[in-house]
Amino acid sequence: MNFPIISSLILLPSIGALFLFFINSKNITGIKYVSLFVSIINFLISIYLWLIFDQSSYEFQFVESRVWIKDFINYKVGVDGISILFIILTTFITPLCILSVNSSIKNRLKEFLIAILLMETLMIGVFCSLDLVIFYLFFEGGLIPMFLIIGIWGGDRRVYSAFKFFLFTLLGSVLMLIAVISIYWIAGTTDVEELYKLGIDPKYQNLLWLAFFSSFAVKTPMWPVHTWLPDAHVEAPTAGSVLLAAILLKMAGYGFIRFSIGLFPVASEYFVPFIFVISLIAIIYTSLVALMQDDMKKLIAYSSVAHMGFVTLGLFTFTQQGVEGGIFQMISHGIVSAALFFSVGVVYDRTHSRRINDYGGLVNVMPKYSILLMIFTLGSLGLPGTTGFIGEFLILMGTFKKSFLVAAIASLGVILGAAYMLWLYKRVVFGELTNQKLLKIIDLNKVELSILTLLALSIIFFGFYPDPFSNTYSVSVENFLNEYNDKLKNYNLQNQ
Amino acid sequence: MINLFYISTEIFLSLAILILLLIGVFKNKSELFIYNFTCIILLVGLAININLNPQFPIDLFNNSYKIDYFTTLIKSVILISAFLVMLCSLNYVKQNDILKIEYPILILSSILGMLVMVSSNDLIVFYVGLELQSLALYVLAAFKRDNILSSESGLKYFILSALSSGLLLYGCSLIYGFSSSTNFDLIYQNSESIEYGIIFGIVFILVGLAFKITAVPFHMWAPDVYDGSPTSVTVIFAILPKIAALTVFINFLYGPFFEMFDQWQAVIIFLSIGSMVFGAVAAIGQKKLKRLIAYSSISHMGFALAGLSVGTNEGIQNSIIYLIIYLIMNIAFFCCLFMLKRENQYFDKVEDLSGLSKNHPLLSLSLMIILFSLAGIPPLAGFFAKFYIFTAVIEQSMYFLAIVGLLSTVIAAFYYIRLIKVMYFDEQKEKYDLNHSIGLKMILVISSIIILIYFINPNLINNFVLDITLI
Repeated sequence: MNFPIISSLILLPSIGALFLFFINSKNITGIKYVSLFVSIINFLISIYLWLIFDQSSYEFQFVESRVWIKDFINYKVGVDGISILFIILTTFITPLCILSVNSSIKNRLKEFLIAILLMETLMIGVFCSLDLVIFYLFFEGGLIPMFLIIGIWGGDRRVYSAFKFFLFTLLGSVLMLIAVISIYWIAGTTDVEELYKLGIDPKYQNLLWLAFFSSFAVKTPMWPVHTWLPDAHVEAPTAGSVLLAAILLKMAGYGFIRFSIGLFPVASEYFVPFIFVISLIAIIYTSLVALMQDDMKKLIAYSSVAHMGFVTLGLFTFTQQGVEGGIFQMISHGIVSAALFFSVGVVYDRTHSRRINDYGGLVNVMPKYSILLMIFTLGSLGLPGTTGFIGEFLILMGTFKKSFLVAAIASLGVILGAAYMLWLYKRVVFGELTNQKLLKIIDLNKVELSILTLLALSIIFFGFYPDPFSNTYSVSVENFLNEYNDKLKNYNLQNQ
Repeated sequence: MINLFYISTEIFLSLAILILLLIGVFKNKSELFIYNFTCIILLVGLAININLNPQFPIDLFNNSYKIDYFTTLIKSVILISAFLVMLCSLNYVKQNDILKIEYPILILSSILGMLVMVSSNDLIVFYVGLELQSLALYVLAAFKRDNILSSESGLKYFILSALSSGLLLYGCSLIYGFSSSTNFDLIYQNSESIEYGIIFGIVFILVGLAFKITAVPFHMWAPDVYDGSPTSVTVIFAILPKIAALTVFINFLYGPFFEMFDQWQAVIIFLSIGSMVFGAVAAIGQKKLKRLIAYSSISHMGFALAGLSVGTNEGIQNSIIYLIIYLIMNIAFFCCLFMLKRENQYFDKVEDLSGLSKNHPLLSLSLMIILFSLAGIPPLAGFFAKFYIFTAVIEQSMYFLAIVGLLSTVIAAFYYIRLIKVMYFDEQKEKYDLNHSIGLKMILVISSIIILIYFINPNLINNFVLDITLI
């Protein structure tokens, strides 16, 4: 047995959280440095993992397996080319969140950082668990810290939003729990690798698929169960919004690839039209809704729903381009939406207003901020040269192969995306400086500047040079689709 | 003599009750001494009980009393939880003027009754045990004599309980009439051909037992009695009789009546679904914590019954794990209630929790863990309890029960997280006292930690029940 690198990735933030628990809550600098240190170490470990990861193999690597509940469930974790990128995204975003608390969190800093670190543990756990029950534990466990993050440190309507978030997500995922237990009795195991090999009897697949879908659809979020997201985003503190948008939403997208499509190929094929329709509704409808928002965070939240609509569209094309595009779009959206929420957080900390009408002419007083926000806006609307472009382009290419009409409608979403993002930028940054309060506003401080610059650089760098990502996942995706097509072929042969 | 050796736990408790009564009569101001001595007696009883654990099942007294691993386990659980309850409620009992010599003695005798119930293998022995525990509990419910609510709850409990005992006795007599025996094994042998008289008997017995574990629709007494009784008695109500009665459920259903599985399964499923849903919905509007926990325990009993309805060994084992985790969570919850006091006044309204996290961060942290666990959110112990139950339920393809149960956990989650909201998101109030006894603090801390880290090695608790095979 080699060094359990994945388990240490999962455990390290929790150990850090335990450590924080015993530090006096008055020692604010100590708390910040400990949590920052832990999260950066975790980031370095994940980068090391990426370096020693064998990109030419589609197998799960660094697999650890231990008996957990006797004769029932094994604790099994491992990564392949798809999941490793999400782990890196998580470990990359978390230190930035911890850095950002300086200005946004005023009370109970220690508890906040403990919650963030616990969140990191759970999120990494989701992306590398190779057992359905373990996955469920991590997936659902995230509810507790996120509920507290929104409820304790949120805005005025935080109670409503926290409850909505909690109950929506819980309702979605209890059905998944039933499906997980059913799979155990149908197939005799909950080990994902085993299940890939064994396959699940097609006659159960549709119901099981729907049960998993109910959970992932709420978390993605897909239309019409997306309504918790704008509320949760608006009321959560900056770091909470960032975690939600950048990583929590990706859990569901990842779940679609790993479980819905991977385990139930026949059902997935069956439900393609359904997914296409609600993805298109999500893209068009939420983009139109985003146009009408006068709250910056709400606008970005709706844009997230639209972007995730692209992701589900891409994943369910089952083409190399579509799936790769879906994965890339998730990573890209993780970075871009995190950057946008950080940017909103910056001005919110200064003026305590998220209303777009309260701003205007920021370029006169905050030039550095305006430049960075421009990059993020362009990244979000998918300008060539940013990560957003690659994801959307690949998805649309994949969709064209499947259906011209769907791709044409989805392309409309790109135009709408450009419309609401540019209009937002115009109203916030350009124009007359009408609000007198804004005169006294100061430009980015060092911490904010470094967070935003880092994000801007990665948006541009990976926009021009996506190979580090695409090399990592391409072999896995290729094998994934081959297996998918094989299973489907077998099924069709049997039915003839 | 060998017979008497195997029931030395019961003999020891009976002797202890008599001696304590004598001490109480002849010695002035011996209340505190008796109370403390009772705690020790419970521990000694536990030690005797564990020592007795027989390698193979033993039948005593013409096969009317049985001792095996299962009964020993349940008895140990009852004795441990009684000890913990006594330990954590000492300060409450002192400060509410209910520390009289009778108080610990009544608790002891009700526990003796439970032990008899658990081991009984005969309808008459079972009934004697049941009445012994119930009579002691009636008195305990009304123990705060000058408080009108407490008297009311005692009376209410007494009348309704008498009614249910009557139904139960009627069921017993039907069974006796149609199978011509009161012994469980003989009933099993004589009832192979299904007769309506026996089915009626089973239904009446189930009604009587459902009353004891507050399963819907026989739950009406629970909120009032929980609310009116002194909190130190409520915690007993919430834990001990339920363990005993659920064990009797198992003894009955998987013993003499197992042939009639198809007949009683529907009844248990009905009780289970009713309790899960009703407990979840009715608790939403409650303003008092004790009423809320009453409804919550109704819903929890529904889950335990769901485990019994499947008719497999796994179902029974998972129900017992559920019970053990349930009692840990409930003891911990009541420890938190005992800590909500200011100048000898105890508080039990939901609004009294408001802003607790600012003044008492550790107390509210443990209460939060307990509540999330009661709601069944992973990775806390309460989730696993439900997870095991549903594993057993889905194994038998009872999807309807599973889906209703899980949806009711979502509804129930609402009122648990409402309490967390009150603690963490609302404005703070005055501070509560901090001078709690060490025993109370220890129990709270240890049980919260068990709930929190159960997931690291679930086998530690699961191993206890693996050997239980009744079928």
